[in-house]
Amino acid sequence: MNNKNVIIIGGGPAGIEAAFNLANNDISVTLFEKESQPGGNVKNWAKLFPDFGDASVVRKELTDKLKHNNIKFLANTKIDNLKWENNNWVAITDKDEKHTADIALLATGFEVFDARRKEELGYGIYDNVITSVDFEEMYKTGKILTTEGKIPERIAFLNCVGSRDEKVGNHYCSRVCCITAVKQAIEFKELVPQAQAYCFYMDMRMAGQFYEELYRKSQEEFGVNYIRGRISEAAVTMDKRIQIKAEDTLSALPMKITVDILVLMVGIESSESTLKLSTDNNIVGPYGFAKSKSLFGKDNYSEKKGLFLAGTCKRPLTLPETIADGRSAAIEIINYLRLLDEELGI
Amino acid sequence: MNYHPFILPFSLGAIFLFAVISFKFILWIRNLDRKQRYFVNKNIFSFKTISAFWEVIREALIHRNIYKKNPLLGYMHMSLAFGWFLLIVVGKIESSLYAGTFFEEPWLAIFFKYFAKEQHEFFGAAFFSFAMDFLLLIVLSGVFLAVIKRFISKFVGIKKATKHNKFDRIALASLWWIFPLRLLAESSTAAISGNGDFLTGSVGTLLKAIPVEALELPLWWAYSSVLCIFFVSLPFSRYMHIPTEIVLVFLRKWGATIGEQYSGLTDIQINSCSRCGICIDACQLNFAASINNVQSVYFIRDTRYGNLTDNVANNCLMCGRCVEACPVGLELTLVRQQLRNKAEIPGKHYFDYSQAKTIKDKTDVIYFAGCMTHLTPTIIIAMKKIFNEAGIRFWFMDEDKGLCCGRPMRQQGYIQQSKDLISKNMRLIASSGAKLLVTSCPICYKSFTEEYVLDIPVMHHSEYIKTLIDNKSLKLNKTDLSIVFHDPCELGRGSGIYEQPRDILKQVGELRKCSLEREEALCCGGSLANTVIELETQIKIRNHALEVLTESKPEVLATACPLCKKSFIHGNKAKVMDIAEIVAENIILQTKIKTLTKQSMHLTKDLKTKIN
Repeated sequence: MNNKNVIIIGGGPAGIEAAFNLANNDISVTLFEKESQPGGNVKNWAKLFPDFGDASVVRKELTDKLKHNNIKFLANTKIDNLKWENNNWVAITDKDEKHTADIALLATGFEVFDARRKEELGYGIYDNVITSVDFEEMYKTGKILTTEGKIPERIAFLNCVGSRDEKVGNHYCSRVCCITAVKQAIEFKELVPQAQAYCFYMDMRMAGQFYEELYRKSQEEFGVNYIRGRISEAAVTMDKRIQIKAEDTLSALPMKITVDILVLMVGIESSESTLKLSTDNNIVGPYGFAKSKSLFGKDNYSEKKGLFLAGTCKRPLTLPETIADGRSAAIEIINYLRLLDEELGI
Repeated sequence: MNYHPFILPFSLGAIFLFAVISFKFILWIRNLDRKQRYFVNKNIFSFKTISAFWEVIREALIHRNIYKKNPLLGYMHMSLAFGWFLLIVVGKIESSLYAGTFFEEPWLAIFFKYFAKEQHEFFGAAFFSFAMDFLLLIVLSGVFLAVIKRFISKFVGIKKATKHNKFDRIALASLWWIFPLRLLAESSTAAISGNGDFLTGSVGTLLKAIPVEALELPLWWAYSSVLCIFFVSLPFSRYMHIPTEIVLVFLRKWGATIGEQYSGLTDIQINSCSRCGICIDACQLNFAASINNVQSVYFIRDTRYGNLTDNVANNCLMCGRCVEACPVGLELTLVRQQLRNKAEIPGKHYFDYSQAKTIKDKTDVIYFAGCMTHLTPTIIIAMKKIFNEAGIRFWFMDEDKGLCCGRPMRQQGYIQQSKDLISKNMRLIASSGAKLLVTSCPICYKSFTEEYVLDIPVMHHSEYIKTLIDNKSLKLNKTDLSIVFHDPCELGRGSGIYEQPRDILKQVGELRKCSLEREEALCCGGSLANTVIELETQIKIRNHALEVLTESKPEVLATACPLCKKSFIHGNKAKVMDIAEIVAENIILQTKIKTLTKQSMHLTKDLKTKIN
């Protein structure tokens, strides 16, 4: 088994965790990352739910694992093509280099929904409409300010931007945005205690450990206001504030409110590479995510022999789930290779 | 007297047909509304009546419109309608000449060969004999095509044929048999009496092989009987369109149009539908989403027989493609609007908020963005830039949102509620003192131009931008941006604005053609008029339209309707921009030019003083 090699596409949490566990089992791994730094979407985050853990610490733990001798990490390398050729998986990079291996693992992850597609919400049009990713970027600087440099008096978070939205074609729940909104609302209130924070939601889906407690804490200790209803449109006022039109569906009343910053909790969509590579290999499932062989027994397998899947290229997952899934994929690959050896009588 | 009992079925059938049609026509004409009556009274004794006669010949007999759209189908209709018509006219002249009086037995022309067995001596007898055989041959060729069409509709270029009801089938079957039986009956007489011409004579010779004497009378009976069946079933079948269409042509020429309430003219339009099914082929619900039981032909049919369902009434985008395609020119979307559910909207609908507005200072131009444009704010930003750069002072009437033009309500059949809203808006517009109303939304545009009574002109922003360019208030950069323009339904087919947007786009970039554009343009699928459509169906329609629009791989898909823009953006296929955005991006800034010219003027002044 130790003469076997694996290529992993995607240097995010799932890809790194899988690479490390394979490497520990004497399998040589080549890991491709299209960006200059490993870590995937974790790079964009400041603190993590539900315990406000430092994302950079988690990222360092992950990237340290890449120092393993059996791992060859190739940054700035995008895989344009992945195909099964002469009993091998062949990955072709954007520089037209060929990499051949016995096993390929797809860990191409997700991208956040492009909020400009919901034009009525004003992202990319009005300065003070930002996404949850922009919020994290701003939070890393230690300050949440309007584009005019003012401390906001009011902030609104809007859930389900690009998720559970028939109009944009995404019927599914992205699972992480509700709790992220709770986390960010608390973070905001810690920074600007005198300000008001509103959170617009359809349902607050607090299904993870400690999520419900955090939701409750945000209301009891931080006074975050939760309003059940979607925002239908946003517009800019003379003083560059954001006027929101929404409906409070609990009191069945339309409402207008002006805020200094509107944060759009953008959902999870299949990444460009996930869509391309899974479409090319005929393993694409609903909404462009890669489809696993079986949700229960073979969730790291694809329908293609020797092509494995890990992490959010399959569906929206939280970070702990993604890391665990990377580990799980490594074990499945090891088992698979062992079985191959037995069949061949090695 | 030329009489035989076999003429009875024909004569009774004809009397029945005449009675039923007269009854129906009287009823419908009595039910014309006031406006329609006014036009009829005004124009009945005018040149328009003559031009109506001419159109009846052109359309009801020669079927020029169908001929233009599909020559084979046109020939089929012409040979049947015009051929039969000539058979009657020429036959009548022949029988009158034969009898030596114009007042011969009315059935004589129909059964002429049977009663005129001896050698004819009247003027032109040989010509008439030939002409009648020739006309019969023409009609038979039409019947032949019709039979083929029924079984292989693609043969005459129809992709999806209409499904017919039992009256239609009875009438159709009898219609098919009329002329073959006439041929056989005339030929049998010709075989016995030798009075046949090239067709009936030849067939007669063939018939001599069988005991033709025994067949002659049964054939004439059969011919008379199928005529009777056809006449009796006609008023209840789709063939009612034959007499009704003539009435429709006259009413239309006199200027009567469909209003907002069901009237006698609606009945006349409904009965003028021949159920040809051309509207099924034109409908995107059919060819993009495989829904083929709600199209105008079925809607009209179900309305006529009183079994219209909500689904058939409401599952329509009101895009107007079928109106454009209809060979009879029926106002299908308007009829549909009349028949939609007129139920009261539950709760209050006083629209007081629309009056609560105050106008700060008077301006020349009102800008009405429309509720859909508020969902695409880049259009509003672009329009503001355009107004400012052109130096136009404007009042943004619906800046605070919440105002509606009233059309979405109207399209769904809430006529009264929509009227209430419109009268409030009209007062507001009048009180502003503005001289022009500009809107960014084709739905609002159509509403303002058709449903409102305003003293000031209304322009869609594509028209307005065009005038600003023409009078040099706006100057645009020419780029090499490749653009395809999507005609919004309400702007194109709905309001006939095709050129202005194209003229503007040609000034900014390279305008590419698209295989279905202008009158034939596709709907984006996002129409507000269809309240029952499934999202999946909308997506199919949108994706198909996008497919067609991006055939030439343009850099930008331009449109002039916020609703179309929204629909297409979610299709994720091309960069979608409103025409106003493209213009705003490419304005050569006048403010800059002005300051530059001012600076240069100062410079020349300075120079002059220096020189002095």
